[in-house]
Amino acid sequence: MDIFIQQIINGLVLGSIYALVALGYTMVYGIMGLINFAHGEVVMIGAMVALTVIKLLANSGLPVFVIILLALAAAAVVCMAVGFSIERIAYRPLRNAPKLAPLITAIGVSIVLQNLAMLIWGRNYHAFPPILPTSAHDVFGATITTLQVAIVLIAALMMAGLIVLIHRTRLGRAMRATSENPSIAQLMGVNINQIISITFIIGSALAAVAGLMVSANYSIAHYYMGFMLGLKAFTAAVLGGIGNIAGAVLGGILLGLIESLGAGYIGDLTGGFLGSHYQDIFAFFVLICVLIFRPSGLVGEKVSERA
Amino acid sequence: MLEVTGLRVAYGGIQAVRGITFHVRQGEMVALIGANGAGKTSTLKALSRLLNAAGGSIRYCGKEISALPAHQLICEGIALVPEGRGVFPRMSIVENLLMGAYTRHDKEGISTDREHVFSLFPRLKERAQQLAGTLSGGEQQMLAIGRALMSRPKLLLLDEPSMGLAPLMTQRIFEVIRTVANEGMTVLLVEQNAKLALEVSQRGYVMESGEITLTDEAANLLANPRVREAYLGE
Repeated sequence: MDIFIQQIINGLVLGSIYALVALGYTMVYGIMGLINFAHGEVVMIGAMVALTVIKLLANSGLPVFVIILLALAAAAVVCMAVGFSIERIAYRPLRNAPKLAPLITAIGVSIVLQNLAMLIWGRNYHAFPPILPTSAHDVFGATITTLQVAIVLIAALMMAGLIVLIHRTRLGRAMRATSENPSIAQLMGVNINQIISITFIIGSALAAVAGLMVSANYSIAHYYMGFMLGLKAFTAAVLGGIGNIAGAVLGGILLGLIESLGAGYIGDLTGGFLGSHYQDIFAFFVLICVLIFRPSGLVGEKVSERA
Repeated sequence: MLEVTGLRVAYGGIQAVRGITFHVRQGEMVALIGANGAGKTSTLKALSRLLNAAGGSIRYCGKEISALPAHQLICEGIALVPEGRGVFPRMSIVENLLMGAYTRHDKEGISTDREHVFSLFPRLKERAQQLAGTLSGGEQQMLAIGRALMSRPKLLLLDEPSMGLAPLMTQRIFEVIRTVANEGMTVLLVEQNAKLALEVSQRGYVMESGEITLTDEAANLLANPRVREAYLGE
């Protein structure tokens, strides 16, 4: 029983991170119908920048809280700049091109960013300096660390903020209008280029936060980490219904739980034949099932064109 | 107020509008009528900058606007009610109206205008929080007109407001268009329903195969045997 609760806790933590990244995929898809496969690399860059700042300041004597905040600020600024540039340089010239062109470009951007990160930070794994409090709390026989609590709370707060932004503000209305019908939105005076840029910037800021969370949670960062994380978050977005904000949150958390519980019990289920390092198969099993049985996702609407 | 000279619109190699010249004076309602495919909607799309003109000039209040980005047009005071209504289906009526006032920042003015729209279309007020996609075609047309009015335009471009509507609904929409025009709005009305359009307008232009073939006072056009035969089904 305590293993079950432990895996639920781990799943929620993992799921919160997936959800933050999935929001970036789903927002961009909602606005311009594009899967931004380079989004995972933005998360990686966020992790790398944050880690660099933390390493620099680890022995500076500043309070841990301040160090983390500075790292987060640096990561957010860099990621927002990267996200903005990706759209301007790689996607905007292809705005009216066939759908396949920006998709291939996205994969290209992803490879470029990975190699750039390898040049800057090297091929090695970077360990997260042990500056975070390691205190653990006991919950029904399972343990949850302060870091895990912080990850879940901050992610929840950011998602709530995003939902308020999208549903309650003028900017959010303009984003939804652009997503529903860009040319009519233009007639209303919406500068859709600006809205698309803002969408990339917001998604990248969420990615920066997620990057810091992942590297803190696993105590490690690596130039290649964005690839798998990006695929998982993309799976989460598809599971929830790509283009749907609430769907990305739901899909992220569900995927985190599925993976975590799967990893916890796969050994028992297969009589020890497969171990918990097979955790990744669950995400892709889910992706395949969703694509076969419910391509519109859990809360996504059926895509239909009205005459 | 609006002066269009030699306007041409082309899709690829096909010319939809072949150098038309017309004008709309301040406070006037002008009808642009013609059969399906005559180039009426292309003309409006060029005016509202959703399409690039292939040639000619569009002057509005003395200013050339044919190279302006589409999103700046509303700041100049031009609002389009597009063909097929173009409401945002997953936004509520109130949110659609707020989108109409997107470029405005005077909160009080916006809520005054919203009440004005609600007084023109009481039906919209009853359903204020309903999603626009769940409305009937006529209600969506009301919403599209109301949304355009929310920008406090000086020139209102209407594209086929009667399209796909039941006769009774069409009548009500046209009553409101007349009311708005009587309040002093300058209107350019594009319509297939020539009779309705000419009855509410002061002047009219007849468009055929991308060219303007006839122009006169609306009353004269209504009496013109050629128009009667071609567009009024007599």
